[in-house]
Order: sequence, then C-alpha cells, then structure tokens
Amino acid sequence: MSIYILCLILFSVGLYCVLRKRNLIKIIIGVGIMEYAANLFFILIGYTKEGRSPIYAHDQVIKNMVDPLPQAVVLTSIVLGLALMLLLVAISIRIYEKYKTFDITKINRLKG
Amino acid sequence: MTPNSIIPYLVILPLAAAFLIIIFGKIVRPAGSIIASIASIGLFAISLALSFLITQYGVLIYKVGGWMPPAGIPMIVDSYSALILLIANLIAMLVTFYSVGYVKIYTDTWKYFTLLMLMMAGVNGVAVSGDIFNMFVYLEIASFATYALVAFGNESEALEASFKYAVMSSVASTFMLIGIAFLYSHTATLNMAYIGKFMEGNTTTKVISFVSVLFLAGFGLKAALAPFHAWLPDAYTKAPAPIPAMSSGVLIKVLGVYALTRLFFNVFGMTGPVSCILMFFAVISMLGGSILAFGQSNIRRLLGYSSISQVGYIILGFAIGTPLAVMGSLLHIFNHSVAKSLLFMGAGSMESSMGTQDIKKISGVISRMPVTGYTSLIGALSICGIPPLGGFWSKLIIILACIQAGYFGLAFIAAFVSILTLAYYFKAYAPMLFGSVEGASKVSEKNGTQFFMGTPMIILAVISIASALFLVPGVMNILLRFATATVVNGTAYVNIILGSMK
Repeated sequence: MSIYILCLILFSVGLYCVLRKRNLIKIIIGVGIMEYAANLFFILIGYTKEGRSPIYAHDQVIKNMVDPLPQAVVLTSIVLGLALMLLLVAISIRIYEKYKTFDITKINRLKG
Repeated sequence: MTPNSIIPYLVILPLAAAFLIIIFGKIVRPAGSIIASIASIGLFAISLALSFLITQYGVLIYKVGGWMPPAGIPMIVDSYSALILLIANLIAMLVTFYSVGYVKIYTDTWKYFTLLMLMMAGVNGVAVSGDIFNMFVYLEIASFATYALVAFGNESEALEASFKYAVMSSVASTFMLIGIAFLYSHTATLNMAYIGKFMEGNTTTKVISFVSVLFLAGFGLKAALAPFHAWLPDAYTKAPAPIPAMSSGVLIKVLGVYALTRLFFNVFGMTGPVSCILMFFAVISMLGGSILAFGQSNIRRLLGYSSISQVGYIILGFAIGTPLAVMGSLLHIFNHSVAKSLLFMGAGSMESSMGTQDIKKISGVISRMPVTGYTSLIGALSICGIPPLGGFWSKLIIILACIQAGYFGLAFIAAFVSILTLAYYFKAYAPMLFGSVEGASKVSEKNGTQFFMGTPMIILAVISIASALFLVPGVMNILLRFATATVVNGTAYVNIILGSMK
C-alpha cells in the first residue's frame, strides 16, 4: 500500500511543480514527473509479489508472472511522453528567443 | 473484400499522406497541398461509404492484425461513429481546401499539411477505436499535431498559446491515463465492450466514480467545457486561420464530446450524478462563454468564447439524455461544426485581406468582399438560431427536450443564452459586415479570398442553409435516428459489439 502512496506523492510533486513554478523549464519538468508517476502507477498495477518476467518458454508453466499488458501500455505511454517533452522544449526555446525570458509572469502578451 | 476492411483506411490514408508529404514536399513544392487534398477527399468518400454501409449492416468491426478481442484491438464503426466520422471528414476536407489557399503566406507549407494529416489520423482513430488505451494514443497524436499547428505561425503570442495549451492538455491526458490505469486494475481489460460487460449493473462502485471524475476532467478539457476552457480562446488567436476552424469543428467535437459520450453512455452507463455534473458544466459553459464573448474586441476570441457556449448546448442535450435531447445534440454538433468552421474561415479571409483581427477596424466586408461577407452572415445567423437555418432547429429541439423532461430552469437558461448569442453576434458582426467602406484602405475580394478559400465557404454556407433537411425523412435522417438510438440505448452497445465480435 505504501508504494501507492509514494506514487501519489510523486504525482503531487509534479502537479505542484506545474501549478506553482514560474519558470518554463521547471513546468516542463513538472509535466515529466507527472507522466512518470502515471506510468509507475500503471506498472505497479501489473506487479505481483515475487513475480517473474512474463516470457513464455516451452517447458515453463504460466505461474506467478507479472502482468505483461501494463508494460506494453507504459512503453507506448513513455514514447508519447518523449514526444510531448521534445515539443514543449522546442516551443520554450522559441519562446525564449522571442521574449528573452523563461518567467511565465513576463510572458503575457495574450490578453482578454 | 468485406465491407469492414475499409475501416482501417480511415487511419492508414492520412498517415500515408503525412509520410508522402514529408518525402516529396521538400523537393516538389505543391506536393503537400496536392497529396493532402487527395487524402482528404478519400477520407470523406470512405466516411460517406461507411455511413451507407452502416444502415445495412448495423455495426462493422475490423480486428487489427486478425487478433480476437479482448487480446486484439478492434476498430468499431457503429451509427454514432459513422455520423461523427462523416461530420469530421466533411469539415476536414473543406478545411484542407481552404488551407491550400491560406498557407501561401507561410514558408514550408508541407510541414503544415503533414501536421494536418497527422491530426486527421488521430481524430479518425479516436472515432473508430474500440479499445480505451488505443483511443488515448490516437487522442494524443491528434493533440500533439494541434500543439505544433497552433505554434506554426511562430509569432510570440502563438508560441505562448501553444505552450499553455500543451501543458494544460498534457495534465488532462495524465489524468486520463491514471483513469485508464484504475479502470484496468478494476476490470482487467482495456477493451471498451468487455469493460462494459464487466460493469453490467454495478456502475456505482467507488473505483468507477473516481474514474468518472478523472475522465470528466480529462475529456472536459479537450471539449473546452467551462471550468476547463482557458486554453481555447488563446490557442485560437494567433494560430493559422484554418486551425481554429478545424479545432472548433472537429477536434473538440471528436476528442472531447464524442469520446466523453461514448465512454459515459455506452461503456459506463449514464448515472444520475454524472448527468447532474454534466448539466452543471453545460450551464456554466453556456452562460460563461456568452457573457465573456461580449467584452471581446478580437474576432477570433469572440468566436472561441462562442464555441465554448455552443459546446455547452451540446453537453446539455446529452446530459438530459432523452431521445429527443440526444438527437438535438447530435444535430447541434453538425450545425455548430459547419457554421463555426465557416465563421473562422471568414475571419481568416478578412484578416488576410485587411491585416487585422480587431472588430473595430474591420468594416464594410459585404460590399468589398461579397463572398466572405455573405457566407459569414449566413454562418452567424445559423449560430444565433435564426429560423430557416440549421442552428435554429437544433437549439429548438434541445430547448423542447428540456421542457419535455421537466427541466424548466434549464430550458429558460438555454433560451436566454440564445438571446445573448444573438446580441453579441449582432454587436460584433453588424458593423463589420455592413459598416461604412470609407476610412479603411481599399481592398478587394481578390486580395484576400482566392478560389480555394472561397469555395469551401460557399459549400459550408449552402450546407448550413440546407441542414434543416436533416429533419425530413431521408438517408441522413435514418443515420441520425440510428445514432440517437445508439447513444440512448447506452450499455446495450456492449452486447451488440460482443455479439458481432464472435
């Protein structure tokens, strides 16, 4: 149970970072931490205690394996997270070229 | 060739087009626009064919790679998906034609068309996917393409809006992923029909309530419902003009409204609390969107707030959940997609010929740019709900459904917001369209609106006049009635899908 609470704390750290930090790069790191927490949670769901890797060989019985589906799902999710991270960093580099700052309180040309 | 084998082409065709454009776009300059146009015509033809096939077969299922569900991923087209696909691909085709004329102001237009095709692949994937995580992946593909397209103009405001949108939307996506994880831990499957089967009868467990909250926040943000709407007006302000048209017409409908209703009606089964929350969100969307629209001086922000308010109508109809209300909502999805895309295209044309988005600086559009002026007038009248046009009928049906179901307060609010809509559109559009020509610099239709930009606007205007024909018996009426039945019958969807997956 405690491991799920640690996972929740990791998620909360990410959310706090997104909501409270003023630096663009720190916000991006916060988004990353949130995604890692979500991925970790998904992996933990498929984990069984003392489980072994879900590789089926000829003479093995299907017993006490961890669930392979969350691992496949999280692999996709990590790739999506990577794409998002690259896009966010690219956009923030361009923002820095235009505004000469990473401070979101100074990046406020949109009104209304 | 069986009829269900055309379903994957809805995703294959735009993906193939995107890769072809990357390869040839840099070498042959017009390759991007040509390949994208052909692909979008193909997509529309496929969705038209699917909507005819649906009336014969009821439901079409394609098992990707031949793997049987629940291990394999199915692609499912039923009447609701077919209706949404038809609307999305119609708008996408016209937006692509419009883009051919519009993007000449940018260098590297092939990158634009690549991203547009990736977005279409994601949107079509969301509409056909029968697996909840697969749906999430398609949703992310469409969203990423949109973040990049919002920043495409590379102006400082566009970058700022894109960053804002990307961060908010990715937080929403993370909520969705956690919701999917909880759902998987509860039901041990990701297939939507099997999830529905597992939950038959016991939809009020704590896990499902928590998942419902996560999904409401996640898909609510994609649909731009009121507490989650903050990204929308910013993202629309400086993006290339076809992108607000695409986003308002297709993206928030498919990624937000369709995914939300598919999960809540057909998989979880609508419960009292969820419909209550949706009604609350719908009311604050409708009121908030239209009140905020009053103070806007930027034409695109005004249209963006108007989108928020109209999405409120759509969600209100779904939240009430009677057959009449759902039919009104489906019709309003169509009418709003057509009219709002038309208005954004018109705003783009005005902007590219007059060089401003400020309502006060644009005047005399009808006399100087007749095509843009008259089509925008039709679009605005349709959104306001002036009788012969499409928007009137769908709003009337939603209000009547409120009264029929006994929600007199909601009916009053819906009618009141309709008057507010008329007021702010009149305030903004009357001076712009009919104002004096003097004082402004001399511009002609040729300057802003070429053939490629004018034709889609005329087609959309004709559709929004003719969309009342939806209500007379015909092929489209059959599709609309089937789609309404699919949504209203709720979790009966599960048994239909499981029955035909054997």
